[in-house]
Amino acid sequence: MSKDVLLEVRALKRYFPIRGGLLQRQVATVQAVDDVSFAVSRGETLGIVGESGCGKSTTARLLIQLLEPDSGTITLDGRIVGDSSGLTAREFRRQVQMVFQDSYSSLNPRTTIEDAIAYGPTVHGLSWSEARTRARSLLDKVGLDSGLFATRYPHELSGGQRQRVNIARALALEPRLVVLDEPVSALDKSVEAQVLNLLNDLKCELSLTYVFISHDLNVVQYISDRVLVMYLGKVVEVGPVDDIYGNPSHPYTRALLGAMPSMDPDNRGKQQILTGDPPNPINPPPGCRFHTRCGHAEPCCSTREPKLSSVGTASAHQAACHMLIPGSGHSAAPAAAAGWRKMV
Amino acid sequence: MATQESIVVSTRAAVRRAEAGRGYWARVRERLFADRITMAVTLLLFLIILSAVAAPLFATHDPLASSVLARLKSPGYKGHWLGTDEVGRDLYSRMLYGGRLSLLCGVAPVAFALLIGGSLGLLAGYSGGFVNSLIVRSMDVLYAFPSILLAIAICGMLGSGLGNTILALTVTFIPPVVRISETVTAQVRSAEFVEAARATGASSSSIIRNHILNNVLGPILVYATSLISIAIILAAGLSFLGLGVSPPDAEWGLMLNNLRQAIWVNPMVAALPGVMIFLTSMCFNLMSDGLRTAMDVRI
Repeated sequence: MSKDVLLEVRALKRYFPIRGGLLQRQVATVQAVDDVSFAVSRGETLGIVGESGCGKSTTARLLIQLLEPDSGTITLDGRIVGDSSGLTAREFRRQVQMVFQDSYSSLNPRTTIEDAIAYGPTVHGLSWSEARTRARSLLDKVGLDSGLFATRYPHELSGGQRQRVNIARALALEPRLVVLDEPVSALDKSVEAQVLNLLNDLKCELSLTYVFISHDLNVVQYISDRVLVMYLGKVVEVGPVDDIYGNPSHPYTRALLGAMPSMDPDNRGKQQILTGDPPNPINPPPGCRFHTRCGHAEPCCSTREPKLSSVGTASAHQAACHMLIPGSGHSAAPAAAAGWRKMV
Repeated sequence: MATQESIVVSTRAAVRRAEAGRGYWARVRERLFADRITMAVTLLLFLIILSAVAAPLFATHDPLASSVLARLKSPGYKGHWLGTDEVGRDLYSRMLYGGRLSLLCGVAPVAFALLIGGSLGLLAGYSGGFVNSLIVRSMDVLYAFPSILLAIAICGMLGSGLGNTILALTVTFIPPVVRISETVTAQVRSAEFVEAARATGASSSSIIRNHILNNVLGPILVYATSLISIAIILAAGLSFLGLGVSPPDAEWGLMLNNLRQAIWVNPMVAALPGVMIFLTSMCFNLMSDGLRTAMDVRI
């Protein structure tokens, strides 16, 4: 593990029970997040993409401890969160904050903007007057005139302004890592561009690290340094943004990027249509979860789950596909290296 | 130059004032003041309460002074503005003093139920799980009884008297207040801004104080004011049955009971306490309706 890693997530699992029947016994589970591992380096932006229902928002809530993981560890700066010898939840929360997706429902409709921002610091010991002063300076920093906006209420602001307030609130505790759960999804394009540029400026100015969750591939390409692709609760591909967008290796990533509408009229009609039905997250398919919709699926894909392995020689770019694992039994897999057991 | 500057400064200040945020309660106040019926009803209620509180100032006679010769006289007889009751006491003075006890029996139980039931419901709604089930189910047991029967049962057990009446009515009103308080708290608790507050690492009491309370008080308050009108009628009913306030104290329900036989002799006099009960109860009811409408601001 390099010294530069700020946040490390190992084997995170979160299942949701489905209760039914007369006695409300557990009849099934939704495997929302299944064995997810990744690392975020200091000062970078990790983009997490995936379809709706792939577990991105659950991962975000697990990261900021709003949900308890069923198993797995989260490590901040080498200290495990929740451990008696590591970081307490309260200390962790000072350093990791979140910007929510719905800008309206994440603000208390009965409190003013400056009180909403000042609340976090008061929880950690600041007096209300000091906290309000900090709130006003943060409002200026995110581009809202504190003289005009401080005493306003959430219903008196537009969507973009509210999202700036949410960003200011996340920064009020002076965190080192900010998790952004689809912060620009509900905004129109011009406002979205302003907010993204604001996020970039703040990152440089305050030395922040971002985990940026989105379903919009263009936005993720613009703002991320590294990208992680999720499918049905699992990580299918991770790597630097240029590698992912330039050389997508996992069939799902290729289909996702192929489905992006192109500005070039000659480039249309080349999309790779996904085959098969979207699987049920309650009963995920055995083996590789994508095999029911994959154009390259083979018998080995429905029996064994592929682990993340390097694409080519670069170790930073990894994908979980049998076509990349030597000796996996897939026809497109590279030949097993000498000394490897042939997998049956 | 100085005047021009001051004009600019004051205009800017006026613009700033206009642009300053108007919160939820400010808008509720606006809507309330614009609602004529509610304002009229509130004024009437204020007059009734004032006359009850300042009864010694407004009364013409001693409410307990009886006179055998002047029983059940019509309004206007020898300085008795509203006539006399069945033992010759001045009805007007008794109405004023009766207002004190009736209003007390209406407002005090609701205030206590609000305090106790509101806190219980808040706790139940915020905790969820076992604590929630425990509180809500035990309140449901009490809630299953019709309120008048529950009040009569408790009063019958404890005996008559003002204190017992207030206690009985408080116990009767705690379950509905717990119910509505729990519902509203549970709704607010699942809102995203409460999650955001938890993400800052705040304690439960801090979240309840700063985020839940100001969202929850509105609906609970509206419900409580509608309970006052029921409380007044229940208290009058208890006194009518002999379980509430004991004679010779003046209380509207008690007066109604005592004047029951007088309906054949002097019907107007006999009906007057009933009119007051109806009027006060109606005023509280309309006021709570108006409050509910005013608070229904979609923001």
